[in-house]
Formats: sequence, structure tokens, C-alpha cells
Amino acid sequence: MFFELTSNAIVSGLLLGGLYAVASLGLTITFGLLEIPNVAHPTFIVLGAYCTEYLNRLGLDPVVAGVIIAPAFYLGGMALYQAYYASFERRGRSNTLQSFTFFFGVALVLQVLLILVAGVDLKSADAAYIGKSLVLGVIRMPYRLIVPFAVGLVVGLGMWLFLSRTRTGLAIRAVAHDSDALRIVGLSPTQAKRHAFGIAMMTAAVAGSALIVASPVDPFIGAQYIGRTFAVVVLAGMGSVPGTLVGALVIGLLESLIITFVGATWAPGVAFAALLACLAIRPSGIFGIAR
Amino acid sequence: MTETILAVRDIWKRFGGQPAVAGVTLDVERGEKLGIIGPNGSGKTTLINCITGVLKPDQGTVTFEGADISALPAYRRARRGIARSFQIPRPFVGITVAQNVMVPLDYVDDVDNPVARTRELLKLVGLESRADHPAESLTHLELRKLELARALAAEPRLLIADEVMAGLSETEIDEVLATLFALNDRGVTVIMIEHIMHAIMRFSQRLVCMETGRIIADGTPHDVGKDPEVRRVYFGEQASH
Amino acid sequence: MKDKRFLIVAVLILVAGAFLPHVVKNAYVFYAGFVTLQYIVISTGWNILGGYGGYVNFGSGAFVGLGTYAAVFLFNAIAAPLWLQILGAAVVGGLLGLAVGYLTLRIQGVYFSIATLALTVVLNTVIVNWPFVGAARGATVLAPPQHGWFPTIVTYVFFAMLVLAVLSIALARWIERSWIGRGLAALRADEKAAESAGVPTLKLKLATAAISGALMAMAGAPYPYYASYVEPTAAFSITYALNALAMPLIGGTRSWVGPLIGAILLSGIEQAATVTIPSEVNLLIVGFVLIGFVVAAPDGLLRLFGRRSAPGRRA
Repeated sequence: MFFELTSNAIVSGLLLGGLYAVASLGLTITFGLLEIPNVAHPTFIVLGAYCTEYLNRLGLDPVVAGVIIAPAFYLGGMALYQAYYASFERRGRSNTLQSFTFFFGVALVLQVLLILVAGVDLKSADAAYIGKSLVLGVIRMPYRLIVPFAVGLVVGLGMWLFLSRTRTGLAIRAVAHDSDALRIVGLSPTQAKRHAFGIAMMTAAVAGSALIVASPVDPFIGAQYIGRTFAVVVLAGMGSVPGTLVGALVIGLLESLIITFVGATWAPGVAFAALLACLAIRPSGIFGIAR
Repeated sequence: MTETILAVRDIWKRFGGQPAVAGVTLDVERGEKLGIIGPNGSGKTTLINCITGVLKPDQGTVTFEGADISALPAYRRARRGIARSFQIPRPFVGITVAQNVMVPLDYVDDVDNPVARTRELLKLVGLESRADHPAESLTHLELRKLELARALAAEPRLLIADEVMAGLSETEIDEVLATLFALNDRGVTVIMIEHIMHAIMRFSQRLVCMETGRIIADGTPHDVGKDPEVRRVYFGEQASH
Repeated sequence: MKDKRFLIVAVLILVAGAFLPHVVKNAYVFYAGFVTLQYIVISTGWNILGGYGGYVNFGSGAFVGLGTYAAVFLFNAIAAPLWLQILGAAVVGGLLGLAVGYLTLRIQGVYFSIATLALTVVLNTVIVNWPFVGAARGATVLAPPQHGWFPTIVTYVFFAMLVLAVLSIALARWIERSWIGRGLAALRADEKAAESAGVPTLKLKLATAAISGALMAMAGAPYPYYASYVEPTAAFSITYALNALAMPLIGGTRSWVGPLIGAILLSGIEQAATVTIPSEVNLLIVGFVLIGFVVAAPDGLLRLFGRRSAPGRRA
């Protein structure tokens, strides 16, 4: 009995970690690599979830819907970066208070707009696999968690390949470490960052679709994900994609174990506790270099 | 009577793979006028950062007035009497020029009349008229003067002047030199880093040349000036002053 | 001397506030006034660390809510009087500020901000799981039967909040003009240079975080008497975090006058708006105002209208 409980908790935790990984990868880029504190990222994930729900009501599979809205989010991300750039970086003011506040304001406005347009009730997605589970012995894996996990792996792999194999990807990593290297690749730092933001927003769209598959969504769920995604990114070691995957799995695992053995009402605090512990013990994260 | 005021032993500091400071050992006598020269990137400022506590060296020790200060944070070293000016001025923007100078007076204790002392210092560097202006409104030249004023504020026993004279006119250079000479007469040990050769040659009683993190020459300005290694390092790097 | 003038004005305000309940009978004045005064304390407290020191706290709601629940706890546990509740709130708020500061201020400022972002959720989680203070259901706090000089409980807490507002402004003003203010300005401008000038930056940051936390928590302490009923969502409301940010931003972060102006202005607008428009739209407007100001007038209204508002005394 205990074994069954534990192993299911572990498995669910790992699957949940896949979802958290997708949610956090965008932040790995914007905050981890570019050091832009985009606290609006989780709210964009929620937006992605709502868009997915809308398309889902029209009959589309949620994951497919996520892929469809991705390009729009890419453009949105570029626009958001442009607004940020014009207001701050170009004027030479990448003051933390101001950039944080800017994204905080954007997050708030977006959340309120969601409330006004879609209301505060929970929304969920419908698909053939939601509600069914894969059963292996005593392990019961709900498909609604397997699918986000799979999405997490795919996006994670894709991101890692992109950052290490493509010119744009290398440019983005170059921006983080050495602006001169960028000139060799032929992109200006601003262009690289703009694309980076676009990609990060794309992952938010996909994460949103994965999110709504995993569980019903309301406009306030963004707040919980701020803690989770930042905890993952810090735990990972800023800017590390493999670290993000590992960090997400750790957080997912911890939450699942706490929910199973302590109580669900404690779950929202787990990620934060992990964040604080990480900052106290090893601020550079699992895969990070000491700052 | 000479006594060692600063003893630097085998300091190493690496950034990534490259050592910026590669095993520097140096003794400075109390009251000495020490000049440090060397091309850009030779590790001069990094060494200073290790001495003042802004950077933690990978290995090596720093002893000041007989006490090992290697583990002390920068602010404690400042309170013990070490002051430095920064190569690229780092003013406290958001407050006035006078308030900038008051900061060290606030935190390095025992200054009788901070307000008067502030006026005195600003007059010394020629910033008296800008006392109540915000620091961000200063010209680059004025910022360098503020750097010096701030470093002098708390009456340090060791002053490290990192390129204080860059961009100054000949007259201004003479004024700064006069100030530093006067300071030294009162017993302050001065370490000067400069690219303006005639100034540092005039000022220093001992000269040290650094290259790629090591000291390659150490002696009187006359001898170091003639040193073939130093000449090699400086060929093509002649400062036009 | 400006100090004497300030002292006289402060005393006059307190005296006026003490007599106000006997002159004005419209309860709404005190209900609304309480909210504005509370925001004066919150934004002033926030600004000491955020404006003077440059470390942005995104979780003011956590501190205010903590103060509220500290009051509830003390009330339930030992039937503590209001002043003791306020004191207890200050202690707990200060400790939280110190704890979060200790964990994050040694690394980089950005981590402090991230930690405060998630802080509200965490404290909310803790309270929701704690039956003694009402958990998710909430707690009812019955007002004390005697409030002496004051005719009603609302006028009583109004005055308490007025006292807190005056005290917090006096404290902020003193800090700003003192060596602490200069040290904070130095570390905000350039931490390494400040260290080299002798400023003990970590200690200063920690002390400031504690003071800021204590003030914000104190602002939350009178709330149970004010509202009679406390539940986590309201106590930890996001509007606290939002306003704590917006008010100093709008009024000006460099001086104690900024948060005061910002609090009166924004709180006034919000309260007027609440009557006429739904609360979500209210939030939306504040969000846009926030973005607008941070982009166009980041130093707030004071700087916009050309007033020189540098901290520290003229030398």
C-alpha cells in the first residue's frame, strides 16, 4: 500500500515536472540567459491556456491548438521585447526596479483582461485521452499528465538543439556572455534578444496548452507559476536547458510527495521553499557557474 | 624608521582560464611613494581590487599595518585606513557632490566637523562651486576630481590613486601632484597607478612595472625607466605626455 | 529649522485627528481615511528599501497580511490590546524582512525581488493551513468594548493608523536625511564603490529590509478591528503589492514626500473609482498607470515637476 502510494506519487511528480519544464524554458531564455526579469511569463502561459481552450471548444485537440497559436505568440513576444527595449534598454536604463515593474504591470493588465473577457470560472480542455490512464502494475499514469510530460521533453530537446546548433540560438547564448561574438554570426544584440523573446513566448503558448490538458485553469493560476518557474530557473543554474529539465523534475517531485504525504493545501509553498533553499545553499544552481 | 605598511604575498586571481594577477608579492613601506606602471590589461587594477577587498584573490594574502586583512570585506579595510579612487569614476548618482564626499565621512569614524571637512576637500579639488549639484550632472573631468575628493575624505593612511590624472590639463596635473605630495608629507603612503609617464616619474620614489599579471621590474624610476624589459613592454605604448 | 516645523505640523495633525471624530459624524470619512492612511504607511515603508536602497519588494501583501494575522493571533491568544498587536506585527514583519534579506541580499538584488514575488503565495499557504487564526474560513475579531476617547471602533483605528502614518513618515524623513540615507543612496548607486568608501552594505541592507518589513506589517495590524472579519485572500491581496509599487513610483521614490503624495493621490482615485466601476477595471487602470509611469516618468511626479528631492542633508 505504501509502495503503491509512494511510487504513484513519484511518477506523478516526474510527469508534472515535464509540465513545469515547458513552463520554465521560456524563462530560462529571458531571465536565465538575457537577465530580463519577465515576471509576466506565467501570465502568458495562462493566456496560452485560454486560447487553447477556445480552439478546443471549436473542436481542436489542445496540443494541436498550442502549436497553432505558437506563431502568434512568437510575434507577440517580439513586440513585447520591442516595447521593453524602446522604454528601457535603448535609453540605457535597464534598472531592475523599472524593468521588473514594467513586466509586473503587463502581467497584471493581462490577467485582468483575461478576467474581464473570460470570467473567473475554471476552464478545462476536452480530448479523447483526458480522463484515461495508462496502468502499469500498481502505477497509474493519467494521460493528462503524460501528454504534458511528452510535450516537455520535445520542447526541451528542441530548445537545447536550437541553442546549441543553430546560428540564432548561438547568437542568443552569445548575447548572454559576449556581445562581440555576435557580430561574427551577423546578428545585432537587439535582433537576437527579440528573437529570444519570441521563442520564449512560443514556449509559453505550448506550455499553456499543456497546462490546460493537465488541469483546469483560472486566471489566478499564474501567481503559483511565478514561484514555480523562477524556482526552476534558479535551481537549474541560470540559462541551462538541461538544468531546467532537472530542476523542473525536482520541483514536480517535491510537490507531488508533499501533496501525497502532507496535504494538498501545502503544495503552493513547495516551489518557493525549494527556491529559498537553493539560494541559501547553492545560489548558482545545479548546472550553473558561480556568479 | 621604515616599517612595512602593506605586504602583499603571492596573490593570484584568475578570470575564466586566464590569470589577471599571477603571483604578485610586494611590500610597501609606510610613507612611500610607489608608482605602478604597465600596459592595459597587465593586472594593475585587479591587484588593487584584491588589496582593497573588492575582489577575493584565488590565493595569497594581504597584510596591512601588521594585521592580516585577507578575509576582511572591503568596507572594513576602508575603515582601517585604506582608500582608493576608481580608474573609471564611480560616483554616487542620485545625491549631490557634497553628499558624495560625506559618505566616507559618515562611515569611517572620528571626523570632527564633517561639513567643514567636506567644504575643505571640495575646495582642494576645485569642486566647491558644484557642491550642491547632483553627481550625475558632473563632467567626466569633474567626476575624476570627485573620485579623488572621496578617496581623501576619511584621512586614509594608504591612498591608492588609480589613474586620477587621466584627461587633466597640465596645470591640473600639477595641482593633483602637489596635493599628493602634501599628503605624503603628512605621512600618507601613496600608491599611484598612471599612464602619464612624466607625472608618475616625478612623483614616485619607487616604481614597479607589471605585465600580464606579474611584476617585471621594481626599483627607482630612473632604473626602471632604463630596464630593457620595461622598454620592450612599452614600445608603442608611449603616453604622449 | 525644518525639523522644528515638521514636528509642529506632525503634532498639529495628530491633535486634529484626535478631535476629528467628535466634529465629523460621517463614518465614511473614517472608513476611507483609514485606507488612505494605511497606504501611506505601506508605501512609505516600502520606499525605504525600494526607493532609497533600490531593492524592489514585490510581495508587500505578504508583509501586510503577516501583520494582520499577527494581530489576529495575539488577539486570539492573549486578548492583546491594539498597541501590543501593532508591536507584535512590527517584530514579526521585521524578522521576515531580515530573513528574506539574509537569504537573498548577499547574492544579487534580483533574487530578493523574486523571493518577494512568491512570498505572498507562501504565507497565504501557511495561513490557510492554520486553524488557530481561522485558516481559509477566516477569523472574526470582535472589537474591544471600550475605546475610550473615540466614539466608534472605526474612529479608534483611524486614529491609530494616523499615528502610524505620522511615525512612519517621520522615520522615513529621518533616515533619508541621515547617514543611513546617504549610505543607502551610495549602495543604490554603486555598491562596490560604497563598500570601498566604508559603507557596510550588507548590514545596511539587512537593517533596511527589517525596518521596511516592520512598517508594512504594522500597517496590517489594525485591520482586524477595522473589518471585524479577516480572511487570507483579502489580507494578502495583490492590491497591496501593486499599490506599494505604484504609489512611490508615481509620487517619487527619492524622498519621503513621494510615497505620501502617491498614496493620497492613488488611493483617492481608487476609492472614487470603486464606487463607479467594477474592481477589475480599477485594477486594470492602476496597471496601466503603473506601466505608463515606469516608462515615461520613472522618477515620479516630484521629478516631473522639477522639484529637487535628493536625500540627505545639505552639507
